[in-house]
Amino acid sequence: MSVENKKGFNVTFYLLIVPVLLWLVILIVLPHIDLFISSFQVENDAGEKVFSFDNYLAFFRQKIYWLTFVKTAAYAIGVTILAFVITFPIAFYLTKVTSKKNASFLVLLLLIPLWVGELVTVYGWMVLLGDHGIINHFLMTLGIIDKPLNLLYTNLSMVIGLLYMSMLFMVVPVMSTLESLDDSLIEAASDLGASKFTIFRRIIIPYAMPGIVSGAIIVFMLVIGDYLAPNILGGKSSLWFTEQIYNEFLQTFNWNEGAAFGFLLLMLSSGIIWLALKLSGQKLEKVGS
Amino acid sequence: MANILEVKNVSKYFGDFAAVKDVNFVVEEGGFFSILGSSGCGKTTLLRMIAGFLHETEGDIIIRGNSMKGIPPEKRPVNIVFQTLALFPMMDVKENVAFGLQRQKLGKPEIQKRVNEMLGRVGLEGFEDKKVTELSGGQRQRVAIARSLVMKPEILLLDEPLGALDRKLREHMKVELKLLQKEIGTTFIYITHDQSEALVMSDKIAVMHQGKFEQIDTPRNLYKNPKTAFVAGFVGDSNRFELAQSDGKQLVTKAGWKINKIHEGNPDVLYIRPEALILNPSSSGDAIETFSVTIKTILFDGSNTKLSTVVDDSDEELLISLPQNAEFENLQEGDTIQVGIHQDDLKCY
Repeated sequence: MSVENKKGFNVTFYLLIVPVLLWLVILIVLPHIDLFISSFQVENDAGEKVFSFDNYLAFFRQKIYWLTFVKTAAYAIGVTILAFVITFPIAFYLTKVTSKKNASFLVLLLLIPLWVGELVTVYGWMVLLGDHGIINHFLMTLGIIDKPLNLLYTNLSMVIGLLYMSMLFMVVPVMSTLESLDDSLIEAASDLGASKFTIFRRIIIPYAMPGIVSGAIIVFMLVIGDYLAPNILGGKSSLWFTEQIYNEFLQTFNWNEGAAFGFLLLMLSSGIIWLALKLSGQKLEKVGS
Repeated sequence: MANILEVKNVSKYFGDFAAVKDVNFVVEEGGFFSILGSSGCGKTTLLRMIAGFLHETEGDIIIRGNSMKGIPPEKRPVNIVFQTLALFPMMDVKENVAFGLQRQKLGKPEIQKRVNEMLGRVGLEGFEDKKVTELSGGQRQRVAIARSLVMKPEILLLDEPLGALDRKLREHMKVELKLLQKEIGTTFIYITHDQSEALVMSDKIAVMHQGKFEQIDTPRNLYKNPKTAFVAGFVGDSNRFELAQSDGKQLVTKAGWKINKIHEGNPDVLYIRPEALILNPSSSGDAIETFSVTIKTILFDGSNTKLSTVVDDSDEELLISLPQNAEFENLQEGDTIQVGIHQDDLKCY
């Protein structure tokens, strides 16, 4: 009996684990190994691939590369912070203030932009922000301005686009931690003499920290790896590191350089997330659950 | 002793529903006052009004002579221990206890001194740096009480804080809470649905039913002389009989049991406590009424063992406490036995 049971368990176990392993190895591990190897290769005059650090050295020699790199990192952090500032009150309202029934309807409304895809929402923002777009038209009709504001193809429009497509991914994890927050914790703090601000800073934020950090990781990853919003809304003036990678692969066809850039971006985002986890005192396992 | 809390004509309406109806009471300084009632009777609403989380629709709450109208919870000289305890999970024990003192902007050494002193009082020395999630139920309980008491409140409000504990621990904490209250002398207002908690710990108990106070009295009086039928039925165990008629000298139940009792008016119900009945009464003195019953079953429950009997010459069933001593060891089902009761122990309403 017990032998059969054990055998049965093993078959099920392997059936479940195999797709996961296949997925990991074929779609994630192998391509990364290939990319890693090719990032250390250059073609010599004879057209043969030889080992070299040139791809990485090129990054540091060309100012535009690492400037873009730093800008991408800084903007991604900024957008993540903005996403938190904007969505935390929304998440708090949805979980603690309004009724359950209202909340589920409002969450559905929040999800609408996801239904149409990023490309459509990005074009939607172009309609809003363009020189002859809705916002400029509105401001000019009211007589507040007499010349259209230059809104589109700026860093501002890029940040708006990045925020819009990533914000929701902050709301959901924060909401799920706030949902488990017992209201009597807030009442107890107030009973012990805490002001609203103190309750927010000492009770609510620390309690929601795992959700905030996991939301921040998702938003940060989405933003730092996004291509559409910087490319379309940011125009020529805003450089984003993914655009550099795109250029290496598809414009100059220097795949080795592109692979090196890809690895640099991976290391950058992993490094920043590691730092953020350390600073917020959170554990990856706790945030991931 | 001076009254520390006065609740004057307080009512609370949620829409048309009256959760608390015209409640009046005073609590003496240093007293242990319990509000006893089943769930939904309005006791939590009343407590939350005293704490300041809800506002009374009518009436006034006065603490040490000052009206609490419009004063928010953080400014009231009361602290509350929540049913869920509401310990802050992201803080350790000493941070939990220090939270309120930090809000008062006290100096660090002063805070540390008071926290340590309070943790010592509740028997939690050495637990300062433990996470609250690592503590047992009883320890968490003590942290919650310490966190409130360290604020030196005029009144400590306790909202069924023993509800989540298992039976053994609850029995233990009952005694401990009572001793703690005696020792520190803070006024406690304790709400519970558990009559044993209220009876053991309180100096005064208010029995609450459908938003109203039925009776405010000492535990002994509440048990001995319940003023209303609800209190008689709610506090302690009772046999309940519907009365058919009465002539001032004799009560007659609907099933035809007749028993002598001098009474006034036209009562509807009769309550008899199982422990008020005397088996094989030696004398049928002036006020002792005697009658015979037949034993149906013996419900053995240790010290709480009862006889389920039928009163002879009627169909009325009567539960009688059976003392666990040698005298009654040989009682069998089907036996007939003489029973006596003092007229004062026949409570009719």
